[in-house]
Amino acid sequence: MKLLDPTSERSPIVRELNPRLASLDGVTVGLLDISKPRGDVFLDQLEYRLNERGVATKRYKKPTYTKPAPIDLRYLISQECQAVIEALAD
Amino acid sequence: MTETTGSSSLLPLEGVVAIVKRDCPTCVLVAPVLCDLAQRGLITTIASQDDPTFPGEAASCGITIFDDRDLELSYRAGLEGVPTLIRFSGGVEVDRTVGWSTSLWSTFFDDVSMLTSYNTMPKQRVACGSRTLDFGMPERLAVRYGGEVLRSRQIELATDEDEWEQMFSRGWSDGLPVVPPTPERVMRMLAGTTREPSDVIAIVPPDLIECTVEKIAISAVMAGCLPEYLPVVIAAVEAACTSEFNAHGLLATTYFSGPVVIVNGPKAGLIGMNSGVNVLGQGNRANATIGRALQLVIRNVGGGIPGGVDRATFGNPGKLGFAFAENEKESPWSSLATERGVDPGRSAVTLFAGEGPRAIVDQKSRTADSLARSFAACLRTVAHPKLAVAFDALVVVSPEHGRTFANEGWDKARLKTEVLSHLQLLGSDIVRDAGGIAEGVPLNLADSILPKFRPDGLWFLYAGGDAGMFSAIIGGWVAGQEGSTMVTKEIAS
Repeated sequence: MKLLDPTSERSPIVRELNPRLASLDGVTVGLLDISKPRGDVFLDQLEYRLNERGVATKRYKKPTYTKPAPIDLRYLISQECQAVIEALAD
Repeated sequence: MTETTGSSSLLPLEGVVAIVKRDCPTCVLVAPVLCDLAQRGLITTIASQDDPTFPGEAASCGITIFDDRDLELSYRAGLEGVPTLIRFSGGVEVDRTVGWSTSLWSTFFDDVSMLTSYNTMPKQRVACGSRTLDFGMPERLAVRYGGEVLRSRQIELATDEDEWEQMFSRGWSDGLPVVPPTPERVMRMLAGTTREPSDVIAIVPPDLIECTVEKIAISAVMAGCLPEYLPVVIAAVEAACTSEFNAHGLLATTYFSGPVVIVNGPKAGLIGMNSGVNVLGQGNRANATIGRALQLVIRNVGGGIPGGVDRATFGNPGKLGFAFAENEKESPWSSLATERGVDPGRSAVTLFAGEGPRAIVDQKSRTADSLARSFAACLRTVAHPKLAVAFDALVVVSPEHGRTFANEGWDKARLKTEVLSHLQLLGSDIVRDAGGIAEGVPLNLADSILPKFRPDGLWFLYAGGDAGMFSAIIGGWVAGQEGSTMVTKEIAS
């Protein structure tokens, strides 16, 4: 659904980031693969290290690295995770 | 003739386009004729709005059907009914006929032989509605193909996001749910005015933002207005954002008040505003949403947020939206708008910086004089019985009270004069510390006689339910130059 902004449009649409987490206790960390080669290798390693410390993880993947993550994917991550790590590079 | 809308490579430079839909008995009837005409080279394109296999005869007569299920061609052609024939020459529409008629079609094709060729056909059949006019479709198509009509930023929500909660969390709501301002709804709202969406109507405080018709339409959608209310909302925004009315100060004040919108003239009746039973209460859509739309403009466009620039100690429930109409039809008096210089028969909004209504109860007075004295006694308490000149007031006179005045031939001017005559306050009674009350006017006014209201500070209008010997006082905010002055604006189309 698209809505027209009723405001003066002086504030950005995307809202501010939440404050950085003080600890990873009880946190689920999203691992977002942007669909670039070897991003999965990087995320596998991160997942291993996080799980090792007892931190829950969830994996996500963008359909293409050339475009921003679809709004539905962003929403899903926001509902399921308290933090997200995006693997950017090749 | 309907104009074609915008340029499109879909529309031919030369030739005849026939637009049809299967779900139309007239189109089904003329299908063989279309095929015949196409075979004779008289029709260039057949476009189908609902089924690209219709008319089925097309394949056998060697013409390809243009699939117009997305209705772009029909929209750009400004279609109202099917079947429609449109002739183009040099890229310009030169002729059009809608529905079936042997005589009109033979004229269209300049071929009188059609009258005998199709003599087994009925002489004429009416057109069916074009799918472009299905409910909700005009707005959807205008959004899709209408170009850059809407300029507001678009915010996309995820499929699973709750749009109602999103609007709360983005701070767009006054505390109640707001209707999601989708482009389609805003387009539909904009149909309520002849003004351009990009027209700037006002500079909205407190952030002093240029406010377009489009932004007002968005707030009107959110408030729950119907398109026909939009001109009233626009006039209210215009009136509120004048320096006389002083929406900025009214918002920022710690006082109770907010904008009260009074609607006069035929428009109030046309949009079904309530001027009768429960006139200042709930239950009427126009009353409930017009004032709300104004407040949403001030909140969202102007940035006026309670606890931000809005510093009201208490506020009042009317700050959600406070609008009503005067009962001109049954009033023994001229209307508020007429008193304020608007020609009778014209529609107008009047904005008053008011608090919530308070009661005048008088069930005993049977003479105009007694009732006027009652009014004065109650009006004396506006803001504080020991304060004078500083606050205006509006009195909504009920039918039962109005009758008492009308029976003795009192017009509004007489009523005002009589009431004010009982509101000449002795300075010694209302100076500071008089009566053991510190509040009051400065001590140096002890020997003066002070009017409770300034000359333009007391107004009467007629509304309310038939039964009840009550009237209502709507007390004002700081009066005049230092605060707010009542403002009236005519409602444009």
